[in-house]
Amino acid sequence: MERLLRNRWALVLGLALVLATLPLAFPSNYYFRVAALVNIFALAAIGLNLLMGYAGQVSLGHAGFMGIGAYAVAIGASRFGLHGIVAMLAGAAVAGLLAFLVGRPILRLKGHYLAVATLGLGLLISMVLTNEAGWTGGPDGMAVPRLELFGMRLRGPDTWYMISAGALVLGVILALNLIESPTGRAMRAIHDSEIAARVVGVDVAAYKLKIFVISAIYASIAGSLMAFLNGHITPDGTAGFLRSVELVTMVVLGGLGSVLGAIVGAAMLVILPQALTIFHEYEHLLLGLIIMASMILLPRGVIPSLLARLRGGGA
Amino acid sequence: MSTLLETENLSIAFGGITAVDQVSLAVSPGQIHSIIGPNGAGKTTLFNLVSGLYLPSAGRVRLAGEDVTGMAPEQLARRGLSRSFQNLQIFFRMSAVENVMVGCHRHERTGILSHLLALPNVRAENRNSREIAMAQLARVGLADLAEKEAGSLSYGALKRLEIARALATEPRILLLDEPAAGCNAVETEEIDRVIHDVAKAGIAILLVEHDMRLVMRISDEITVLERGRKLVSGRPDTVRNDPRVIAAYLGTFGSEEANRA
Repeated sequence: MERLLRNRWALVLGLALVLATLPLAFPSNYYFRVAALVNIFALAAIGLNLLMGYAGQVSLGHAGFMGIGAYAVAIGASRFGLHGIVAMLAGAAVAGLLAFLVGRPILRLKGHYLAVATLGLGLLISMVLTNEAGWTGGPDGMAVPRLELFGMRLRGPDTWYMISAGALVLGVILALNLIESPTGRAMRAIHDSEIAARVVGVDVAAYKLKIFVISAIYASIAGSLMAFLNGHITPDGTAGFLRSVELVTMVVLGGLGSVLGAIVGAAMLVILPQALTIFHEYEHLLLGLIIMASMILLPRGVIPSLLARLRGGGA
Repeated sequence: MSTLLETENLSIAFGGITAVDQVSLAVSPGQIHSIIGPNGAGKTTLFNLVSGLYLPSAGRVRLAGEDVTGMAPEQLARRGLSRSFQNLQIFFRMSAVENVMVGCHRHERTGILSHLLALPNVRAENRNSREIAMAQLARVGLADLAEKEAGSLSYGALKRLEIARALATEPRILLLDEPAAGCNAVETEEIDRVIHDVAKAGIAILLVEHDMRLVMRISDEITVLERGRKLVSGRPDTVRNDPRVIAAYLGTFGSEEANRA
């Protein structure tokens, strides 16, 4: 079982299989919608996990990049007449460029200082999206024109479930490839000892920046998909501070340094609030309790802790 | 022999205290040059200056004739200078062989886009780096532990893992900061063998070590530091009989120990 979870192709195949068969169990469009949201947040969480779990650099403003991706498809299509796919790619380019420009000064900071600086970046982006009402519709948000592909208007949650599932599988493959490459080794090395990485020739600043850019692009693509799925976006719903906190929670809850963990974390944080609505006013209380219990019982995150148990070493 | 690494009046002061004070020394390819001295003499500080972790307040460092003063550690690594650490700096969450593969980093040429796509040249490069890393692990006697997570290895094994990682960069000069500290007699013996073997391959070695027997046995040259200054420099037998060295560092017990080596 542990071997299976560590083999990257087994992981990809297993994931693809689960994603392909799940719809058989979905009784309504509502389920497709929730599952599509899981895929989308999992994609963003995988990107953030590359930064946090592998390279060891925190970002408390990552939803800002989701916001850029979301508004890129909304503004690109409605004001510039861009095709949705082109707008999505443009958004990813903008998010990557912003991460590149801001990353160099910001990533010199460590720990709490980096956390606050990235938090500031996230707040800044969401502020701009809120205040530039002429472009973004302000706090009330704006409609996202439906994506048209091969003459079809893509609107159903089932369609977006399939598309987001494809994007997730692709995101998983790219992330796993990266982790097992010279770049992946360099970033994991940076996490454990920056000084040792430097004396064997790893340009630490350059690698932190590369990973920051990649994780921003993951978030931006996820944001674009969310905009397409929802058809309407707001600054708070895409780029807000709470969204950033959610992304960090997904990564930590599911397991830092585990691609599968990011997916599990995303699934928990998207599905639980939906499932807990039957408890009405106790919903948030229960969600908090479950998160706390999970962290106490599985302190290294769901997947790494379970793997350690399987290995027999305890959590 | 031509000089590979040279420091000239190298100095650094921390808030009025001069930790390293006008130290000049030279190391040639294949030579083992040891730095000894009492705790706080500035040995590790000297290493940090040479390896680019600290910026000297005065003096110069030259590597193969090039002035490298103030260069970052990663730039020095690319020019063939690597080091190990007194307090271990290990990538604990990676396997032993992956730790050493990071040492191959400066020879890896594929770009990040091909990494994302796992192109065939990346897979070839991964295999190549793994082979080099395995060879270096074998060189320090850790081949059996290659797939173990580094965090689970013994202290003595980690000391040698650091050396293997530094060797994987294919250095021209290697700085070893107390490689035998905390090691038992067998492990010290092993490290002794490794250092000899590395020097024989033509790599210059700058060594900080407290194990006097090891130092006296393997060094071609010894520099004694005291309070940041160079006290004496010379061949082991010259140094161990120098009255200033005995007074400052070895003491009577230490000099007996050194003589037995």
